[in-house]
Amino acid sequence: MPNYDQKTLELLMDGKLPFTQVHKILSSFKDADRFEKMLAILQERVSYDDKIIMPYGLHLNIVSKADGERIVKCDCGHEFCEHSINWKLHANVYVRDTEEKINEIYPKYMGTDPNWMVLREFYCPNCFTMLEVEAVPPGYPFTFDFQPDIDTFYQEWLNKPAP
Amino acid sequence: MNKYHQTDHKAIGWDDRTLKDMLEQSEIKFKDTGRYQGISELVLKESDPIRYERIFSRIRGGLVNARETALNISASPIVREIGELCFALFTPEGDSIALSTGIIVHVHTMSDSIKFMIRNGWENNPKIRPGDVFGTNDPHIGDVHNADVYTITPIFNGDELIGWAGGVTHEIDVGASRPGSMAFGQTSRYEDGFITTCEKIGEDDELYASYELRAKKAVRAPMYWLLDERTRLAGCQMIRETVMRLIEEEGIDTYKQFMQEVIEDGRVTFRERVKEVLVPGTYEAPSFIDVPFEGEPRMPSFAAKNQLMHAPMTLTVGSKGEFEVSLEGANKWGYHSFNCPPSAMQGALWVQLTQTLVPNDKINDGAYLATKCNLPPGSWSNPENDTLSTTLSWFFLIPSFTGLIRCLARSYQGRGYVEEISAGYPGTWNVTMGGGTNQFGLDGAFTSFEHSSQGTGAGFIKDGEGYCAAMWNPEGDMGDIEAWELLEPLLYLGRGVKPQTAGMGKYRGGAGFESLRMLWKTPDQVIFNLGEGHVFHGSGMFGGYPGNSGYRHNMHETNMKQLIQERAPLPCREGDTEQSEMTRHVKAEREEIDNRATCLEKDFVEHDLYLSVQRGGPGLGDPSERDIKAIEEDLNEGFVLPRFAEKVYGAIFSQDDKGKYHVDNDATNERRQELRKQRAAKSIPASEYISQERERILKKDFYYPVSDMYASSFSLSQSWANKYREFWKLSVNFNF
Repeated sequence: MPNYDQKTLELLMDGKLPFTQVHKILSSFKDADRFEKMLAILQERVSYDDKIIMPYGLHLNIVSKADGERIVKCDCGHEFCEHSINWKLHANVYVRDTEEKINEIYPKYMGTDPNWMVLREFYCPNCFTMLEVEAVPPGYPFTFDFQPDIDTFYQEWLNKPAP
Repeated sequence: MNKYHQTDHKAIGWDDRTLKDMLEQSEIKFKDTGRYQGISELVLKESDPIRYERIFSRIRGGLVNARETALNISASPIVREIGELCFALFTPEGDSIALSTGIIVHVHTMSDSIKFMIRNGWENNPKIRPGDVFGTNDPHIGDVHNADVYTITPIFNGDELIGWAGGVTHEIDVGASRPGSMAFGQTSRYEDGFITTCEKIGEDDELYASYELRAKKAVRAPMYWLLDERTRLAGCQMIRETVMRLIEEEGIDTYKQFMQEVIEDGRVTFRERVKEVLVPGTYEAPSFIDVPFEGEPRMPSFAAKNQLMHAPMTLTVGSKGEFEVSLEGANKWGYHSFNCPPSAMQGALWVQLTQTLVPNDKINDGAYLATKCNLPPGSWSNPENDTLSTTLSWFFLIPSFTGLIRCLARSYQGRGYVEEISAGYPGTWNVTMGGGTNQFGLDGAFTSFEHSSQGTGAGFIKDGEGYCAAMWNPEGDMGDIEAWELLEPLLYLGRGVKPQTAGMGKYRGGAGFESLRMLWKTPDQVIFNLGEGHVFHGSGMFGGYPGNSGYRHNMHETNMKQLIQERAPLPCREGDTEQSEMTRHVKAEREEIDNRATCLEKDFVEHDLYLSVQRGGPGLGDPSERDIKAIEEDLNEGFVLPRFAEKVYGAIFSQDDKGKYHVDNDATNERRQELRKQRAAKSIPASEYISQERERILKKDFYYPVSDMYASSFSLSQSWANKYREFWKLSVNFNF
């Protein structure tokens, strides 16, 4: 069972590990302590003190607050909502629903027909990082991408108390 | 007849039981215990693990050997160049023990076919005897689509059936009402061509001459069909020899014990793997595909309409490693060739999982038993109507399962295994098919499989790989140009990277490519086009954009002959659609350029131009975070067009006198700050957007295929309808 040091995992997370090493990591058995090590790296990198209990996307983490709430939080410190609620409901939205707006991203003919499909861009209302892009027909509900069962994960899979 | 062959026995199952009895008992044991054959301990594996692994290696090696040998018997470029074949070994009940390399779609699809024979009394009629050969390509029984043709042979040890060998290859033409292996546009099975349903097609290890003659007369590429029949049969015979040698060495009791243990082992291992790398919870990733048949003169009016496929992929990972895929909310089947019976969906599931979650050689029906699929009855994913056309089920299941890849990616990220993340895959097309009088003056049909190489999705730690993969075929080889030119009366004017196919993001998707073909030495030819055109078939991730949507660009009755005679510059690609090299160099009487990337056969003549645009993978992460050096490489390699590097990446750059791009780091960072300010100015809070969109929903102000999609999903799934109403705060009576 491999065991990677923090520096290796930091380089991996940043996309700076040589591919030969990435390939070895991909092909090997998984390191069982990866979750804890990645949490530690992420925690070091954010400016806030709330404890990160699960990565939740690029720039998003689920953190445990002092009152026990589990909040979706942006790297910039912005707090969206309880993790059981779709954070997109608390984001800013920009919709590419015309040919002109779609052709800012794609050459003519290589994007979508806005009658059939639009692009919804979700931004953090504080730092305006683009956190997700949905490609959906008009009128489609927001996708709730991921609803982790944190209690089961910690208690039954990691054999640890749930934060 | 060899020593393994006997025929005068009433029941061919173990201990004088029928196969039907064996299958029923196996299913009861699984239902009662949740374990394959009720096995609670892997006695052989635990007592003698080396021996256990050796037996598995012998079987797996035999399967791979059969595949590699058979591959060289086939003449079909789809088999030889692309590797579209696979072999497998099964228990008497039809449960898969192991698979070869190759197109690992058929973990359970051939199982379905074998179980069909057992359930329907094939033991009594037409009887199952040593040396028998069965053929099937019926997706409503067990297959993905008609072009995947199976050969299945029983393996006997004395009087007992000890298992089955199976082989599959993808055929070039299936004799449908339109040419090609995956012809589409049919509205029913009756137009789908040559379909055999678990038919006995040979005995004493030989194909019936009558079957071969029927196949020869039924398809447009009989040479390939007949050679592939021999390819599969030879492979099955090699598998049988492997099994018989193994029984001689290990003993029949050990072999029997092994085959059952290895399936239960597969089930347990799958659950363990889920708990090792995923996070329990619920994941959602819907995807869509357009069927733009409105105004299609070659279709009946009830089918000649625009449609939008809805694949609301949900993955639930349970506390004990349960893995349940659901398409609750999928819309209804249609009068087209893209319907997917459940066996087809199983095929798609396994070709995905073997390349992602369980990338090892120990895949068998144990893993199938560890998973569940909710495929709503009446939907395109479980039509419950075996008169429907199914020749191109991949057109719906490829988009639907890119959602599964995105679900897995979120789970890997939650767990910290970022190296495993992919933002999904592109639609693996443009599919080009056609037929007519070919360059040899013969009636012919072709299916180009260039689309077996597409860009992969971006990773969490790197860009996607370019033009190298297809979700349905881990081989990832687009084939030599010369091989396709032998089969197709279309010369290559060029094949190269297509700019702006890679979905933009912090990490971009792998790029797609384009091929420009010229009709050559043919008086007449029809060509089909297939791929998404009005939609993206899937999203990007974490702020990345989807890869490209396709289009068609054909030029008819051109001046190419004159240009060639004059040695004038010829186009070798389209490049930027807004500054096309094709239209710059060539004049045509008629030109088709639009988003209708899926269309039925169009007439072509010599010197017409056909452009085949492949797709690129989706991106991952905010494009404004892309590394400056990576943007420079994108510009210099032609992956990105300058105006999009500027608008989307926020890049500020210059070009030196050799044409090389240089991106200014400071100016770009400054520009990126400006982009964020623009985002702040143009975006609105989600609550405000929801209020606006709700008004549109109340008016049902949507293009009709979108409204039809919602109406269909509402009618098939009360729970999805309620979810929709709840999200938009609509009344319980709201309907489309």
